[in-house]
Amino acid sequence: MAELSYRDAVAYGIAQEMRRDPALVMLGEDIAAAGGVFKTTVGLVEEFGPDRVRDTPISEQAILGAAMGAAMTGIPVIAEIMFSDFLAVCWDMIANEIAKSRYMTNGQVSFPLVIRTANGGGARFGAQHSQSVENWAMMIPGLKVVAPSTPEDVVGLMAASIRDPDPVIFFEHKSLMAGKAEVPDGEIVDELGTARVVREGSDVTIAALALMVPRALEAADRLAENGISAEVIDVRSLVPLDTATLLSSTAKTGRFFTVEENPRLCGWGAELVSIISEEAFWNLDGPCVRITTPHIPLPSAASLEDLALPSVDRIVETVTRSVDGGGSA
Amino acid sequence: MPTDPAYDYALRPPRLPDPEDRSLDDAPIDQETRLALYRKLQELRQWSKRAHDLFLQNLVKGTTHLSLGMEAIATGFGMALKPGDYTFATYRGHAHSLARGMDPGKALAELLGRENGVLGGKGGSMHLTDVEKGMMGSYAIIGAHLCIANGAAWSAKMRGTDQVAVAFFGDGTTNIGAFHEALNMAVIWKLPVVFVCENNLYMEYTPIDAITAVPNPAADRAGAYGLDPIIIDGNDPDAVYLAAVDALERARRGDGPSLIEAVTYRTGGHSRADPAKYRPEAEVEAWKDRDPVPVYHQRLLRIGVPEAELGDITREVAATIDAATEFAKAGAHPGEETLMTEVWADGGSAWRN
Ligand SMILES: Cc1ncc(C[n+]2csc(CCOP(=O)(O)OP(=O)(O)O)c2C)c(N)n1
Ligand SMILES: [Mg+2]
Repeated sequence: MAELSYRDAVAYGIAQEMRRDPALVMLGEDIAAAGGVFKTTVGLVEEFGPDRVRDTPISEQAILGAAMGAAMTGIPVIAEIMFSDFLAVCWDMIANEIAKSRYMTNGQVSFPLVIRTANGGGARFGAQHSQSVENWAMMIPGLKVVAPSTPEDVVGLMAASIRDPDPVIFFEHKSLMAGKAEVPDGEIVDELGTARVVREGSDVTIAALALMVPRALEAADRLAENGISAEVIDVRSLVPLDTATLLSSTAKTGRFFTVEENPRLCGWGAELVSIISEEAFWNLDGPCVRITTPHIPLPSAASLEDLALPSVDRIVETVTRSVDGGGSA
Repeated sequence: MPTDPAYDYALRPPRLPDPEDRSLDDAPIDQETRLALYRKLQELRQWSKRAHDLFLQNLVKGTTHLSLGMEAIATGFGMALKPGDYTFATYRGHAHSLARGMDPGKALAELLGRENGVLGGKGGSMHLTDVEKGMMGSYAIIGAHLCIANGAAWSAKMRGTDQVAVAFFGDGTTNIGAFHEALNMAVIWKLPVVFVCENNLYMEYTPIDAITAVPNPAADRAGAYGLDPIIIDGNDPDAVYLAAVDALERARRGDGPSLIEAVTYRTGGHSRADPAKYRPEAEVEAWKDRDPVPVYHQRLLRIGVPEAELGDITREVAATIDAATEFAKAGAHPGEETLMTEVWADGGSAWRN
């Protein structure tokens, strides 16, 4: 067991896989000698050399095009897009080229590639460097979508994403980078499409992702003090989605909540709520409730950003009001 | 640049193909290769005409972008490329697919949306792909595939093979950012990639000079990336073949990318819906004299190939196109069993448990 920060876990997971597979390469802006703007790739160029850890120009389309072309001709690739907001600059590559080409060609090509990107708010970076955009990726057939919340999950899900033969968008949360936790020794390989019950409870189910997981856990502690037993599920993987874990938890608790960092409309939780409503309707004791950022671009000022992102207080209040029969927020 | 200046295939100003030009008659291309070029040219021409006929019979749904008039580019490159090399084309990718050896029947069947199509009916006219033949796809969003070709070239370099990636695109494509991103990356990484601009003088319905900062959309940008400006007669299979051989050799030697501007013209409209009324009559007429099929036919006669031999080739190709048409028409319409397949590498499309 060693203590590892979420930030260091990124390079740790990548290094584990680059040692295993000598064909695996990565590319992105400032990822080599500079170690990445979030210092998530520190040490990799020193160990694996500049041919396998390649700096690129500010050319997001060229970065993902190179990743796609290499992957479809047999080289597994990790591409970094510095901030997830920048995915908009190269969205054609993701949404039209990488995601669709296997289906369009009736299976002639596959894309063993991972697109890593720093996602989410809390860093006071303002609207163009803070958004949570997992839902952008989730809505596109042909992409797998992963967002870990702990250092161990960063390593294990990174390994699973790299070993997966399909394209995976891997969201690393900026505001979780500094957090540390024990990570077991030896090779760590997790499984995509598996949610984790991170706290057991009997009254309500709270599904959360990335930065919202620790907030949901803290809220669960406070809810317990008020006599509400919350089960917290770290969804971890939006595609594939572990609906079995979500449905069985809801069957037990009868109440389903999501805590989402994305703006309200078409957030990832909307899809979960739709599944729960269709398939666990007769288990429900009340409406499903989504706790999200309001439908606004994220503001920069600390006081405003804190108001916008779902907070522990807001989770506690919303769940309590709902359980007490007061409806949603 | 040409290896032998005596056989310089580069166009001189005003940089339009000259059908009277005989300077390539004695170019260093053996007769066997030229007959193969002629056969390929005939195949691409007759196939494209057949696709057009099938569209008029309402058998081709959706859209089609034919290369009628532009086939010499695919012909010349198709001949110069080696098995294992990678072709990346646009929605106007039929000729490039056939030039790499895609089965003409499976290609037609794909346009007809049939189960026996090369993509089982899932891709259609704009996405012809045959990975086994090195045809790495036809891409219908402008610009992307130049970047993707870089990736295939990068991969070849990492794997230590001598494969080259070639990306074909139009004049209009030189104005999208991905073109510039791709060129810059190819140069700094010295990738074995060849970028071929098929300058047919129009971006859809708009003449290229109305929307482009320079007269030669690709060649005039080459210098910005430290590349040689190369402009060739895109209607002359020999000129294209020679330029292709040079650029491919350069890439295989490890000397990096090339950017070739092949000047050409499409005989018909941009896509099936376009009657192409926006082009001056005189221009259309002038280009009829530069049609690659009769022009190349005349060259072969001049160098002593008997008319009868060319006639035989033409008829043999016609028979294969007829057979391809029958094959395509006989295909079933794909059904439910393939609708949900091949989203993921496991062959399925499951997104949940
Ligand atoms: C990004 C993008 N913008 C616009 C289009 C629509 N479109 C399809 S073909 C085309 C013209 C392309 O012209 P050019 O590059 O000269 O190729 P050509 O069709 O002449 O071969 C346009 C604008 C597209 N497919 N993708
Ligand atoms: Mg054009």
